[in-house]
Amino acid sequence: MTGELGQLALCFALALALVMAAAGLAGTRADRAGARAVASSAALGHLVFVGLAFGTLVYAFVTSDFSIVAVAGNSHTLKPLVYKISGVWGNHEGSMLLWVLVLALYAALVAALQRGGARLTSGAIGIQGLLAAAFLLFILFTSNPFFRLDPAPFEGAGLNPLLQDPGLAMHPPMLYAGYVGLSASFAYAAAALLVGEEGWARAARPFMLIAWIALTCGIALGSWWAYYELGWGGFWFWDPVENASLMPWLIATALLHSALATERSGAFRTWSLLLAIAGFSMSLIGTFLVRSGVLSSVHAFASDPTRGFFIMVLICLAIGGALALFAWRAHTLQGGAAFEPVSRETTLLLNNVFLVASCACVFVGTLYPLVLDAINGTKISVGPPYYALTFAPIFFAALFLVPFGPRLGWKRGDLKAAWRDLYPALGLAAVAAVVVLAVASPRTIAATGAFAVAGWLIGASLIDVRKRIGRGRGGARASAFAAALAHAGLGVTLIGVAGTTAWRSEALTVLAPGETMTVGPYTLRFDGVTRERGPNYIADRAHIALMDGRDVRATLLPEHRFYPAEGQDMNDTAIRTTGVRDLYLALGDDRGGGRFTIRAYVSPLAPFIWLGGLVMALGGLLSLWGRLRARPAPQSQPAAQALAAE
Amino acid sequence: MKTKQKRRLAFAAALLAVGCVVAAVIVYGLGQNTMYFRSPSDVAARQVSEGVAFRLGGLVEKGSVQHGAGADTRFSVTDGKSVVRADFNGVLPALFREGQGVVATGAMDSSGTFIASEVLAKHDEKYMPPEVVQALKKSGRWQEGQ
Repeated sequence: MTGELGQLALCFALALALVMAAAGLAGTRADRAGARAVASSAALGHLVFVGLAFGTLVYAFVTSDFSIVAVAGNSHTLKPLVYKISGVWGNHEGSMLLWVLVLALYAALVAALQRGGARLTSGAIGIQGLLAAAFLLFILFTSNPFFRLDPAPFEGAGLNPLLQDPGLAMHPPMLYAGYVGLSASFAYAAAALLVGEEGWARAARPFMLIAWIALTCGIALGSWWAYYELGWGGFWFWDPVENASLMPWLIATALLHSALATERSGAFRTWSLLLAIAGFSMSLIGTFLVRSGVLSSVHAFASDPTRGFFIMVLICLAIGGALALFAWRAHTLQGGAAFEPVSRETTLLLNNVFLVASCACVFVGTLYPLVLDAINGTKISVGPPYYALTFAPIFFAALFLVPFGPRLGWKRGDLKAAWRDLYPALGLAAVAAVVVLAVASPRTIAATGAFAVAGWLIGASLIDVRKRIGRGRGGARASAFAAALAHAGLGVTLIGVAGTTAWRSEALTVLAPGETMTVGPYTLRFDGVTRERGPNYIADRAHIALMDGRDVRATLLPEHRFYPAEGQDMNDTAIRTTGVRDLYLALGDDRGGGRFTIRAYVSPLAPFIWLGGLVMALGGLLSLWGRLRARPAPQSQPAAQALAAE
Repeated sequence: MKTKQKRRLAFAAALLAVGCVVAAVIVYGLGQNTMYFRSPSDVAARQVSEGVAFRLGGLVEKGSVQHGAGADTRFSVTDGKSVVRADFNGVLPALFREGQGVVATGAMDSSGTFIASEVLAKHDEKYMPPEVVQALKKSGRWQEGQ
């Protein structure tokens, strides 16, 4: 029964999405207030029905209803409850339904908040209705999660053990909230092109922020998961699937900055529109890469060519349609306002140039092997050295320029004053570089430079915070603090990345019980392996004592797990962190006679990588809070003050 | 009006210059850092030079895995036609088995042994790296439904 209910809910949702599209687009005409009301209600109803369908699927997973294909293929009665639920999006069909659910949430939010003019909002709802209808058709025709099995099996096939992890249970919803969240900016931008109405940047701002925060958290979670789960001690592998999430983030970051200029000083009007389109296009391309099966990885569930083809057509329609609209209508919008070469606009322009360029590097590196394979079947791979050579220097240059932005006025800035203001940050950068050169070994130019830039970023943020205390009010103050936090977060992440990359030590040894090994400053004693039973796996658990002279300071327990239901092996690492340094252990192969391979890493400053992501996300949250609190129209007195203060 | 046009021109020129620099960096980066995928037959046909990094893919030959001193492992990679000896000092992925597909990154040394720097983990038992499938198809040792 539940499956049919879900199916029915999906059909109703599709009908309402079509109503949203028709009524929303009709509502862009000034005299169609009725259509606008219909579009808004349809958006809310659409959310209800997609929510119902999703709830039905969750219910089927929780109750282990194996007559449904998606459940039988990806769940198991012995699985802990939280992984039964996360199994909903641990497969192709369910994850596409989650995609549509998030899309419906944003559309309902757009309808409920009614930011911007009535025609603009209506147009945005219409565009979101079109997107929702297209993806619902995709689900119903190629990836229906409610397909029945007859006869139903007694037991499910289980979920890939790599995905049975709390970090990864949260990772897809987070990432989708970011990916799909860019659809709101996209819809507003397209609507702005349709109705020619200004103010879309202001209207779409909260949605951009929510999407950016979620993307930041999602990427950080994914990287953290890869770090502790994959057992290689790395935090970023330049895997195409990782790149698929990084590209929208880079564009979304560029969009946040350029839309700010559009909103505050009227600069980059058409450019911001283009970025909003590009941001969601990157999300769509990411979805295509991950979901179509062109890439083989843990993320790619499907390898059904019709799905890939369908998504490809969808992407071409969405991106092509939006770009055609842009080409057709962009000139009708007022041109961007002029600004002096030394001004905040210039720094934002450079920010955008660098971010888009770094995104282009990632884009080419990700797609080049696929294109080459499609053309002549040559199999190549593009590894981390490519990104170190292209992405890293460009992104580094962008980081160096960050502190100037908030210090230069709109339209015309004073570079000398900005420099003077930044002297303490320059001092902090110099101190950081000197300390690194004096203390660290090995000494590397990259690490020294990275620490100097990190000091520069964090120093500048501290100056910002100090200056802002007691100055400005409400929204303006929140937004200044938010920028300072987000920029400082970049510095923190940079410290983590530089620290682990430059000074990680690694040891790889085969140990018999009682033998010891050393890694970095640590001495470890292998105390043998025991057989343990988990809820749905059997594990070889190594007991490894961290020695302090002759005493045992702590015991670490890395495991090698076998999941009988899935017939798969997996490593579970043991990490002991002091907050500034991680000791990381993975249990390797059984070499017979109680001897095992043990792999150990000492990663200095590793936790800073994800701490920085958290700080950036907090900055985004603060900015969002300031935005939602300060609702008055842009012309009113407090907002004008805010403009002056910034 | 004149100055505005001039400014626009300068702006466009600057953007073009930046674009060219970025494109040059990308092309250079790709030229320096792409790794080709080779099957054991390619290696036998002397398509790879000593010391140049590439990815070797095929099946781990049955009965070829030998554990040496420490974490060292020797094994052979085959595509049914040719065999390449490989040497790896590190932790093998959990699903490394004789008779199963494998992709390793590394380079040939002067004695004709493949020195692997990384042996790629497969994510599950059913999954066969597509490159390996292609290599097996090329050597005629691939049966559909395998």
